[in-house]
Amino acid sequence: MSPFLFWIFAVLTVIFGAAVVLNRNPVASALSLVVSFLGLSALFMSLDAFFVGIIQVLVYAGAVMVLFLFIIMLLDIRAEERRRINWLAAAGGIGVAVILLIQICIVIGHFQSARRTFPPLARSTTDDVRNIGQLLFNNYNLPFQIIGVLVLVATIGVVLLSRREPR
Amino acid sequence: MITLGDYLVVSAILFTIGFAGVMLRRNLIVILMSLELMLNAANLSLVAFSRFRVGANGLPDYNAQVFVFFVITVAAAEVAVGLALLVALYRARQTTDVDDITSLKF
Repeated sequence: MSPFLFWIFAVLTVIFGAAVVLNRNPVASALSLVVSFLGLSALFMSLDAFFVGIIQVLVYAGAVMVLFLFIIMLLDIRAEERRRINWLAAAGGIGVAVILLIQICIVIGHFQSARRTFPPLARSTTDDVRNIGQLLFNNYNLPFQIIGVLVLVATIGVVLLSRREPR
Repeated sequence: MITLGDYLVVSAILFTIGFAGVMLRRNLIVILMSLELMLNAANLSLVAFSRFRVGANGLPDYNAQVFVFFVITVAAAEVAVGLALLVALYRARQTTDVDDITSLKF
């Protein structure tokens, strides 16, 4: 992938990610999140992870975002009214976030391999989905079953939580 | 050329944005969205390391991509439960603002 495309999608992802936090209207935040996830999916594909890129679009831009927009619509949430901002708390939050970013960047700066480019790939005879699927159902069979139970528990929990209390 | 560090820096910036969203925003829905942003930032660095660590057969390290698959599944379950909690909370209190939910506050 050319560096030009990488920077376009990286900047797109970061700008719309920031828009999620900065927008006052939750619907605008949700739509910014969709664009951010689409940019992220393009970054995954630039790393030759086509399967992950596709499920990123399917699961996030498809399912999760519909869920968010549906809940916003259901609860009829308006844009937040302008509250008195607690400047001390806001400065503290931004300060902690900036310190975190600086720390991560220092760690990346000390990491020798971070300056190396990606090694070339061999032409694969099997495709991405097949390779991941074989690993998933052979080496990671037990975690896969556990994840299935987790999703089942989440489904039952959601039904139980959203049920009205019987009088 | 694009290095591994470039992807890691983008991932770090995205994670920080999500973290700042959780710290600064008061709306529970936006806090959940920021959590998604943080999980996806972690996914990006996992996929970057997967592509960086090419094995002897010339293929990327698929273990990391399986891990990303698990993270996405857990994130989807987490969003479903979180939004159900939000609906239950809205039914009880008619608010999604964390400043109005102070029963457990010291």
